Amino acid sequence: MKVLVPIKRVIDYNVKVRVKADNSGVDLANVKMAMNPFCEIAVEEAVRLKEKGVVSEIVAVSIGPKAAQEQLRTAMALGADRSILVETDEDVQPLGIAKALKAIVDEEKPELVILGKQAIDDDNNQTGQMLAALTGMPQGTFASEVNMEEGKVKVTREIDGGLQTVELKLPAVVTTDLRLNEPRYASLPNIMKAKKKPLDVKSPADLGVDMTPRVTIEKVETPAERKAGVMVGSVDELVDKLKNEAKVI
Amino acid sequence: MSVLVYAEHDNAALNKATLSVIAAAKEIGGDITVLVAGKGCNAVAEQAAKAEGVSKVLCADNDAYEHQLAENIAELVAEVGADYSHILAAATTTGKNFAPRAAALMDVAQISEISDVVDADTFKRPIYAGNAIATVKCADAKKVITVRPTSFDAVAEEGGSASVESCDVVKDAGISSFVGEELAKSDRPELASAEIVISGGRGMGNGDNFEILYKVADKLGAAVGASRAAVDAGFVPNDMQVGQTGKIVAPNLYVAVGISGAIQHLAGMKDSKVIVAINKDEEAPIFQVADYGLVADLFEAVPELDSKL
Repeated sequence: MKVLVPIKRVIDYNVKVRVKADNSGVDLANVKMAMNPFCEIAVEEAVRLKEKGVVSEIVAVSIGPKAAQEQLRTAMALGADRSILVETDEDVQPLGIAKALKAIVDEEKPELVILGKQAIDDDNNQTGQMLAALTGMPQGTFASEVNMEEGKVKVTREIDGGLQTVELKLPAVVTTDLRLNEPRYASLPNIMKAKKKPLDVKSPADLGVDMTPRVTIEKVETPAERKAGVMVGSVDELVDKLKNEAKVI
Repeated sequence: MSVLVYAEHDNAALNKATLSVIAAAKEIGGDITVLVAGKGCNAVAEQAAKAEGVSKVLCADNDAYEHQLAENIAELVAEVGADYSHILAAATTTGKNFAPRAAALMDVAQISEISDVVDADTFKRPIYAGNAIATVKCADAKKVITVRPTSFDAVAEEGGSASVESCDVVKDAGISSFVGEELAKSDRPELASAEIVISGGRGMGNGDNFEILYKVADKLGAAVGASRAAVDAGFVPNDMQVGQTGKIVAPNLYVAVGISGAIQHLAGMKDSKVIVAINKDEEAPIFQVADYGLVADLFEAVPELDSKL
């Protein structure tokens, strides 16, 4: 069984984000970039399924700038067998990405697509659901457990009130939540091996998809800062302030 | 202009988040229709009809919609939504699940988790875990939007008198099925809509120690939350998580106990009206956003707080 794992290159989650002075966006110059954390969980899940013998091939795919090759190499160091970069320097948005991924799905015919539930830059949480819609596949979003069965997959989902389990016919799309697994680190020998694994580069034109953005970003601002308040010396003082000053209890 | 609001509910009662979505719909303008899809969900439709500002309620009552499976709901919304300029849902796990799928079926963009309406095409939304606010403009003729409920003041539950019509569109994609669910049972208020929230972090040490928070919460009528660190450490289940990757809350009072204040936690609670932090580390970043900070050992301060309430 083949698994497709779409991944995204984003700002490293440890980096403190700064809004550009002209409010055109976030300053990404000389900032450390990395694989989106939810995508790492997706790669890890695919690798675990391969280790269990359920999956035979893992194909990683990314849509973005040339530099996204780094993240695809990381995915291969973690266990993906080969990868595809759909190279573009244009702004890409979930619907366009989903269309490009659908074209890849049509070529590769995976039985399972595992991807992160959201990227930590745009926080959209859309791509997996949109890909599922375009391909007519069922979707198991925000997964905390994935169990493959004959011709189907059972996905336990993190929902607001607790957990929900759904059964999906294959092929299916799964998006990962935090507790699905804890991703491993790539070992040095595997990083070296990954350099020799195949990485195909395609253009959006090769796929014949229209990725024109539908949404324009008019401006990006720093959120209103919260002012630090006062320190209280005792529980008594705290209770007094909450009752008589803030009047919230 | 006409807005379709997708109702969030459990087939028995309307979720309050929907009242905030209706508030966002009012800011956009035009007639507001609420779509209630479920099974045996008539009471929900009646409830929605009473909400302020609603002109019509469509009730799609069918087995296929009982568990809000995205495959079926998205097809329903794409078909019913054809008549509307805007389709709004709450940015809950239900809304986030079906809204992008419905948008893709209609070949339009989806705008996630808006926190403000600028005009009918332009919205504000947090990006980078709330570290930046983007103003975005959508060029598509139809807008599919999820709304952050805590950013809009809910409309009144009573006062409206909309008509309820049944919607006989049945969409059963037949590719997914519901197996079961485990819902957290609690007599305390729901985390996302509670007036007071008290949350514990890694400093709680273990799950049993959360008992001291439950005691205080019960005195205050508060919900209990947790930081991602406390969830990752296995102290409490994930549905208690407050933060970028958990629930977004904005209560009147938020009490952070033993929480250092990582950016991803702040993203989930910094719109709270009053924030209290109790932490033994005076350098903890949580104190930079707290209205009232108390440097103390939580195992002494929390029981003392309990005794003085």
